[in-house]
Amino acid sequence: MLEKLYSRFEWLLVKADPVLQKIGYEKLDRPFAGVEKVTKGFLLDSQSCGQCIVGYTGLSCPMNCPKKMRNGPCGGVRPDGRCEVDPEMDCVWVQAWEGNKRLHANNYPIQIVQPPVDNRLLGHSAWLHELQKKRQTISGLNDDAV
Amino acid sequence: MRFDDEPVNPGEALPILPGHASPGRLERVLRAGAFAVTAEIAPPDSADPNEVYERAALFDGYVDAINATDGSGAHCHMSSVGVCSLLTRRGYAMVMQVSARDRNRIAIQGDVLGASAMGVSNILCLTGDSVEVGDHPEAKPVFDLDSLSMLSMLRKMRDEQRFLSGRKLSVPPRVFLGAAANPFGPPLDYRPHRLAKKIKAGAQFIQTQYCFDIERFSEYMKSVRDIGAHEEAYILPGIGPLASAKSAEWIRNNVPGVHIPDPIIKRLKSAKDEASEGISICVDLINKLAEIDGVRGVHIMAFRREHRVAEIVERTKILGSRIPWHPGVASGD
Repeated sequence: MLEKLYSRFEWLLVKADPVLQKIGYEKLDRPFAGVEKVTKGFLLDSQSCGQCIVGYTGLSCPMNCPKKMRNGPCGGVRPDGRCEVDPEMDCVWVQAWEGNKRLHANNYPIQIVQPPVDNRLLGHSAWLHELQKKRQTISGLNDDAV
Repeated sequence: MRFDDEPVNPGEALPILPGHASPGRLERVLRAGAFAVTAEIAPPDSADPNEVYERAALFDGYVDAINATDGSGAHCHMSSVGVCSLLTRRGYAMVMQVSARDRNRIAIQGDVLGASAMGVSNILCLTGDSVEVGDHPEAKPVFDLDSLSMLSMLRKMRDEQRFLSGRKLSVPPRVFLGAAANPFGPPLDYRPHRLAKKIKAGAQFIQTQYCFDIERFSEYMKSVRDIGAHEEAYILPGIGPLASAKSAEWIRNNVPGVHIPDPIIKRLKSAKDEASEGISICVDLINKLAEIDGVRGVHIMAFRREHRVAEIVERTKILGSRIPWHPGVASGD
């Protein structure tokens, strides 16, 4: 359900891109980041890294991992699936794998190697960053595609 | 064993053979199809180089490469760069462990260039234990990278001759890249895929967490073989002697990610001499691991029992008639 909502919303954003571009991404970053923080924070416990990869992680935000792992679970996951560092917390990557199995058949996006975090983007709007990346890919400018 | 093209000075690098990533002895042994033995050295809480030499000498003639740990268990010891710097001068094949916990991408890339210049041919990329489990729980956890982004970064340095930033290197680090694996941590059905992902990111050899549960490890290896990952990287399961039933229980309850099944603890408890039984268990497990399809060597982590490693390897017969290189070989001892 959440996944469907997410892709529908993405489509809407891409459609609205020309308008957003006209207003200017810089001007929009703060209000967008604010909206994202509230909605994604509420729905996904998002930590607003500004370079969202929940599409790859079965909607589990990896920035909740105390080790900030972006590519899968560490070796310390407790036998009950809880976090090595915080025994009260479910391992975000155990949830990400469950989400992958639930949402994707065989071709698991969790297997795509994610680049390290761009620390300059922390707290900024991931949606606008995504749009910018898409636009650059179309015009052949993007060189940091995964 | 001596290769035909050994340099006169053991601190100098061997030539890089066609198809090899590194000039290292470990890669040569593995690619030649021999059953490799690696062991973890305990880095001293000291600035004395002799302690490092003495600890390394315990393994002479029994291991193909020595792992220098990088603040393992988030405890402070001599750095892996320091240990490697000392031991590569004497010709030892080192596996330099690099943890993402303490250093960011700028520091790690610089260290790897320096290490490669010193003769380190193998790098084991680790995310690292969290600072909370160590002796400085108040420290700042860095985690700028994780093991996978570190692997792909180092592969880029080696194969594309560029820093992560894209800036060009004049000579790349010629390193054989490794990663860790824990076949026993949840989610169990993801673990083989995680191994495949590490290989995809650049891992060429794998050293695993302690394998005390042969049954479960065999199941894991079956899944690994099903996805063909055993043909894309050299897999060395981790193993080590347990000192007593009490210490085994302590490890099981307190060290994250270590799985010790009940029969092992029972076997220790019923023995007259628990420490000797721990060695015997270790010997038995190595022999069983060596029979599993896709296992290309073993990685011995004999924490505080490094002096028993030679005896363990001797008793297993996994080396056959092969004597791994050690400084004594060079001088004819």
